[in-house]
Amino acid sequence: MIERTMFEKVWTAHEVVPETAETPAVLYVDLHLIHEVTSPQAFAELAARSLPVRRPERTLATLDHSTPTQSDQIFGNVPIRLDAAARQVQMLERNAPAFGIELFGMRDARRGIVHVISPELGATQPGMTIVCGDSHTSTHGAFGALAFGIGSTEVGHVFATQCLLQRKPKTFAVDVAGRLPPGVTAKDLILAIIGRIGVSGGTGYVLEYRGAAIEALTMEERMTVCNMSIEAGARAGMIAPDETTFAYLKGRPRSPAGPAWDAALARWRALATDAGARFDASVAIDASRLEPMITYGTNPGMVLPITGSIPARSDDPVNDQALAYMGFKSGEHMLGKPIDVVFIGSCTNGRLEDLEAAARILRGRHVAPGVQLLIVPGSQQVKRAAEAAGLGEIFRSAGADWRESGCSMCLGMNGDTVGAGRYAVSTSNRNFEGRQGIGARTLLASPYTAAASAVAGRIADPRELL
Amino acid sequence: MQPITQIRSHCVVLAQPNIDTDQIIPARFLTTTTKSGLGKALFSEWRYLPDGAPNPGFVLNQPAAAGAEILVAGHNFGCGSSREHAPWALLDHGFRVVVSTAIADIFRNNSLKNGLLPVVVDPDVHGWLLEHPGAELTVDLEALCLTLPTGRAVSFSIEPFARHCLMHGLDELGYLQSRLPEIERYEATLPP
Repeated sequence: MIERTMFEKVWTAHEVVPETAETPAVLYVDLHLIHEVTSPQAFAELAARSLPVRRPERTLATLDHSTPTQSDQIFGNVPIRLDAAARQVQMLERNAPAFGIELFGMRDARRGIVHVISPELGATQPGMTIVCGDSHTSTHGAFGALAFGIGSTEVGHVFATQCLLQRKPKTFAVDVAGRLPPGVTAKDLILAIIGRIGVSGGTGYVLEYRGAAIEALTMEERMTVCNMSIEAGARAGMIAPDETTFAYLKGRPRSPAGPAWDAALARWRALATDAGARFDASVAIDASRLEPMITYGTNPGMVLPITGSIPARSDDPVNDQALAYMGFKSGEHMLGKPIDVVFIGSCTNGRLEDLEAAARILRGRHVAPGVQLLIVPGSQQVKRAAEAAGLGEIFRSAGADWRESGCSMCLGMNGDTVGAGRYAVSTSNRNFEGRQGIGARTLLASPYTAAASAVAGRIADPRELL
Repeated sequence: MQPITQIRSHCVVLAQPNIDTDQIIPARFLTTTTKSGLGKALFSEWRYLPDGAPNPGFVLNQPAAAGAEILVAGHNFGCGSSREHAPWALLDHGFRVVVSTAIADIFRNNSLKNGLLPVVVDPDVHGWLLEHPGAELTVDLEALCLTLPTGRAVSFSIEPFARHCLMHGLDELGYLQSRLPEIERYEATLPP
């Protein structure tokens, strides 16, 4: 028998037509997730060619990227403030039913960030191929799915044929030994991995995260890790499904039930990488040596332990430009730097466990004067669960602005922006120039670090507050 | 799409590595529902001053950049999001080729689907290009060859099927649709 990686098993099972030297593989897509920002042009292409959506029942639509997070614009009678966003919402509200696609609309109790709602519905399952016009589709790899972001033209291809033309990527094992120390989270782990392999280190590869530290993670933590695979350049990251995965999925609305559950379990248990299977590349990391991590520059690879100081890189104009944008100098310590905004949310860290982590710090404490703390749940379901657990009250008492679900300040499309020149400790995934609004200076960190920094008004080590 | 065989143009150099899709086109411009008109938002944060006037210090605003169809960019160009608005904006501005030592996966795919050629060269050639902004280059898709003004010919690779489609003005959806019989047979094997 030839030993195969999990990626190879999932890939082969979805090859409708294998690749040749002349043509890429025709790869079948089990689940197609869509949202309002990258679908309009694909729907227009279908309409122009008079084509239907081939498998609408394999397609799920939500509204997340450009939607408001203020309750009155969603549940009240206040119109969506941004006209262009309102147009995108209306377009998907028109397109989805016209093409027979299920849409979780503005007031639907199941609406939320596309990469949060699909797992919580049980629609994301091991062994699947999942695509979406969004690069953080890699999130779903936490379940042992092959999940990656595509462009709008490819969204149209999936609409029309339920398939994509793809060249087979290479495989990259990320072995994480040990156990994360207290106060060090999955977010810190993935930031450390990106710091290690670099923002293009994963280009052309599918990452597989494995080892004792990964096996010890909850599903929500695994999603945080896989989510940021793309920040290392890898379109997809995967984690082998195990009992943690199966326990998470059992009983969810779209999970298999009855005899279908048993059949699915048998398939899922066979997915893990065979002992002795070869990867094209690998890296080894010891989780037990990690500290809380924070970025200091303008890409997620410019990251250091929170107790560290900004490295000096002589003759590196790129580093100079990043530090000039951030208003930092080589040699400065990260701890104690004043901040203006804290954003807790996004498809990286907007799930219930992330909010619980923030609440652990914020309980009985208050945001520092002059600091804005925005907490945006990943989905309406996360919002309700957080309210039921008393987190909403903790957030409000701490002086946080506790909103409705959406991508929000992660990319600032909906008007939730940081402000030029202001510093934001953010649990999201990108610290690119202007990512969180024109001139915004983003410091990526975990929910613990974000909450601790909100309380201190400065970059703070959460381990002192836990 | 118009068939592409050869592109001849002077180049513009943006040397910094890791130019991400938020730099190419910031998210606030993604509220459009069409593909057109995004060129004016290209590199918006760098290209315009806070008052909206063109930033004279930015290379695309300098007279030598006018009409350039080839962008030479630093390592790992196009990293970040899957927004196809990035190649749409580059094309709408007039670029038809991006040259770098590495081009991010999703951006490269999106570029090929729209007729923007992603050309990856080795660090040596790249280094020459970075030192010669404005150089007149020829990119030959048929010969898979980039020719420098010195006469040096550098080969590059483009995924063969995408190249075939670009050279013949075909779109890939037509090919996918031609495989519908196989797709139907595959679907018949899926668990319920």
